[in-house]
Amino acid sequence: MVSATSSTVDTAAGGDGIHLPDTARDLVKILVTGPFGVGKTTLIGSVSEIRPLHTEEQLTEASAQVDDLAGVRDKSTTTVAIDFGRISLAGGIVLYLFGTPGQERFRPLWDDIAYGALGALVLVDARRIDASFDVLGLVEETGLPYAVAFNTFPDAPRHHTPEQLRAALDLEPTTPMVTCDAREPNSSIDALLALVQHLIDHRPAEHR
Amino acid sequence: MTPRRGGRPLVPAYLSTGGVARPSRTHLERLSVLTGSGEPAPAGLTAAQAALLEELEYGALTVVEAAALLRLPVSAVLVLAADLIDHDLVLARAPIPPARRFDPDLLKRVADGLRDLKHR
Repeated sequence: MVSATSSTVDTAAGGDGIHLPDTARDLVKILVTGPFGVGKTTLIGSVSEIRPLHTEEQLTEASAQVDDLAGVRDKSTTTVAIDFGRISLAGGIVLYLFGTPGQERFRPLWDDIAYGALGALVLVDARRIDASFDVLGLVEETGLPYAVAFNTFPDAPRHHTPEQLRAALDLEPTTPMVTCDAREPNSSIDALLALVQHLIDHRPAEHR
Repeated sequence: MTPRRGGRPLVPAYLSTGGVARPSRTHLERLSVLTGSGEPAPAGLTAAQAALLEELEYGALTVVEAAALLRLPVSAVLVLAADLIDHDLVLARAPIPPARRFDPDLLKRVADGLRDLKHR
């Protein structure tokens, strides 16, 4: 069998390396989520084979006064950039990583991006654990299996025990909790592996 | 016509679809794989349709990759792609063949693939 990692990438014409390799067969995705500034794009960039790309997503936030004739003016549209990256794995699998903000106001966008996702890697900053409560709430609400990864910041507090962190985040005993350095490819891969192993061990009953 | 790599989008998002807000078919998603059918492009394509078709001459793209390259919202690319599919200019396939979606080995293969990356 021809190795899937052989250099059949047909991107010479485009020159940007973004077009899919001919070998791409099964495309799967994982959400990388967490509060702003926690390192989502850093993690995606450290493992992605393409420079991380982004799409501009429009969020329409309707006001309460929808019946007002002037209601159109009260409807504000904000734009959020969604970063994503890609990793080609052996056997024709292409893993997409979508950096997805986890605030409740992004819920419609979240549902759209999460459609068909294997699971979510929730990045947490130990210096501001409370900033992750919203994200964890949303992930649990939407039923996506997840793992938690503490991104190691140089000045992150080190006096918390894993038990204390798990309690602070109110995690299930089976939810994987790891630390990672989002700048380091191998460390980021380990965090993704913790999630995938969790998915293997606790296969969700229903899969979208 | 060449899509611009920098600066503002070639076509404003609200014009790119000719005012159509919803794609004509619903099975397209963010990771649907788009390829050009190889049919010659007819006259009368919109600038955005032509730009998408031209990108696909270089190879397959997912909807999100096309959106990033063309600097258009994902929703606009879904409409564009659906139009081009209706005219047999673009082919789309699901991110993962339906039969493999529930393949119990899939996750294991993802894990193995990630482990392989670490040893490179």
